[in-house]
Amino acid sequence: MTKTEIYEALTVIFRDLFMDDDIILKSDMSADDVDGWDSGANLNIIAAVEQRFQIKVRTMEIAQLMNVGDIAKMVESKL
Amino acid sequence: MIELAQFQLDQVQTAQLDKLLLKSFGEVPPKTLEAKPIRLAIVGSSTLSHLSSSIRVGALRRGIWIEIYQAPYGSYLFELTAQNSDLKAFLPDAILISLDAPYITKEVKSDWDLSDLSTNLDKTLSHLKQCWLHANSICGHVIQQTFLPVFPSVFGQNEHRLPGSKAGFLTTLNARIRHEADTGNIDLLTIDSLALEIGVPNLYSPLFWHTGKQEIKPTAAPIYGDFLGRLLAAKQGLSAKCLVLDLDNTLWGGVIGDDGIDNIALGLGSPDGEAHLGLQQYAAEMAGRGVLLAICSKNNEKTALAAFDEHPEMLLRREDISSFRINWRDKVENISQIAEELNIGLNSLVFVDDNPYERELVRKYLPMVSVPELPDEPALFAKTIADAGYFEGIHFSTEDRNRTNLYKADRQRARSKEALLDMTDYLQSLQMVMNYNYLDQRNRKRVVQLINKTNQFNLTTRRYNDNDISKIENSPDVFGLHFRLQDRFGDNGLISVVICRKNTPDTATIDTWLMSCRVANRKLEEAILDALVLEAKRQGIDTYIGEYHPTKANDVVENHYLRLGFDNLLKSENGSSQWQYKINRHTQKNSLITIAKS
Repeated sequence: MTKTEIYEALTVIFRDLFMDDDIILKSDMSADDVDGWDSGANLNIIAAVEQRFQIKVRTMEIAQLMNVGDIAKMVESKL
Repeated sequence: MIELAQFQLDQVQTAQLDKLLLKSFGEVPPKTLEAKPIRLAIVGSSTLSHLSSSIRVGALRRGIWIEIYQAPYGSYLFELTAQNSDLKAFLPDAILISLDAPYITKEVKSDWDLSDLSTNLDKTLSHLKQCWLHANSICGHVIQQTFLPVFPSVFGQNEHRLPGSKAGFLTTLNARIRHEADTGNIDLLTIDSLALEIGVPNLYSPLFWHTGKQEIKPTAAPIYGDFLGRLLAAKQGLSAKCLVLDLDNTLWGGVIGDDGIDNIALGLGSPDGEAHLGLQQYAAEMAGRGVLLAICSKNNEKTALAAFDEHPEMLLRREDISSFRINWRDKVENISQIAEELNIGLNSLVFVDDNPYERELVRKYLPMVSVPELPDEPALFAKTIADAGYFEGIHFSTEDRNRTNLYKADRQRARSKEALLDMTDYLQSLQMVMNYNYLDQRNRKRVVQLINKTNQFNLTTRRYNDNDISKIENSPDVFGLHFRLQDRFGDNGLISVVICRKNTPDTATIDTWLMSCRVANRKLEEAILDALVLEAKRQGIDTYIGEYHPTKANDVVENHYLRLGFDNLLKSENGSSQWQYKINRHTQKNSLITIAKS
């Protein structure tokens, strides 16, 4: 899966979760930039990412995920 | 939108649907829902807010609109006991108490002896009972969630012999809570049983516990919501009341009208027979707890009932069944009549049929009937029905035990009623394609098999062997056709055989016309007649002669030629009849099936 494909898949997840079809993901986008991205939503993102990419996220990794770029990098490293 | 709740949705779709519902309806339940809306308060010891969407959708799947109050994180004790808590101000109809396993076992120490264990179990139970009392003083319906076995075993198979084991503590607590809840009139949400069915890792993931104190992981939220929805629906009397069962290839293996009572697969001795017996055992147990049983089958009634009366391995007997609908009419009409006869709503019925055609038909025309999607494997039928949770029970009474008897009184059926349903839409949607061709060696085995086992849709019941068919294939005066049917559910295989003998160059007698009963009521006869006419034109035939010879099993086709527009030539006293069809009068009969000569 290329980086672009990962971003495309992540975009679908974010748009579905936040029900906002205008969301365009950028690597430096963080919880502050997306309406509703709180700690609960954060776990929903992780769950959806695990499901979509068929990967397992480790507990210690979650704390290091500061923005969209971190999520994409983590996904890439596990594929 | 409410119909969307019927589908299996993942956690993201569930959340989306819930948001849309809240946006469209707010706090005012949709008027189409008849069930009483519920104000549900949820209190607990860890994160539960992520379950709200799934709970609302799970309840809506059963027609219940829910408004939820989520108490602040971990505040159950305060919310239940404080004088002026927000929970009390919410005026709930039901309170769910959801405590997590780490919380309830926080006192458990590995150096405990048996008396420590016993003291602490009592202490924990008395704490729970206190909570129940407080909750009960706020509203009448209190639901306690049982404890999820999330802990790894530290002693192995004999965990229960280690007094200081958290896993062992939970096992005992979950057992005792069942007893205590009964005396306290508390309903239980038994997620420990759910975990037994689907596995703890499918509900709980340490990742989400450690990160967000979610004991139910986000992806499991829809299952959890559905599980709670069942309980809430059952409490309102919305659980299903009647199991409507098909016969051939459902209650037994094979087709009784064709295979005969001695050759259906049922009972101990054959794996297939045991699998079907398994469904009967499940149905019998359901009847024992008060679920009504009904039969809805396309069959000759006498033949099928004989199985109930005479087959030695048949577990279900006539007296176990509250309503029989065994005939050749469509199942939509029959199921409606079952509901009417038993005087229960269509939404109380669960329809079990191995045939995807029938399942889809009922889903389309009677969407309020529950129709589980059965797997190909009959051994899994009972589990599939059970897992869907249609028959969630709350209390068991002696009336339940005798319910079948109460319904026995009236079993008269309206035999003369004509089918009212126009199935054209549905048949159209099946995208049926009929392929036909001459009998040939490649298909001979199946053709001979069909000729020798088809009893019901068989006009003349003439039996031919390999040799006979081989002669027909090569004879200039006889032609035989075989027909195959495909639809969007797949290939039904070779399902019909017609053999014609030319008496004169321009007249042919239809010596044999038979069809598998699996494809009954699909206007296939009309498509076959269209094909026969094409063949007649090709061969210079201007008249077909049709014959009907009655047997014990084929009264369903007595009027076959009349329905197709043949003229009656003669009727003899034994019930045989002869019919004539002029090719030049033919107009195309069938518009639903694509015909192709392969």
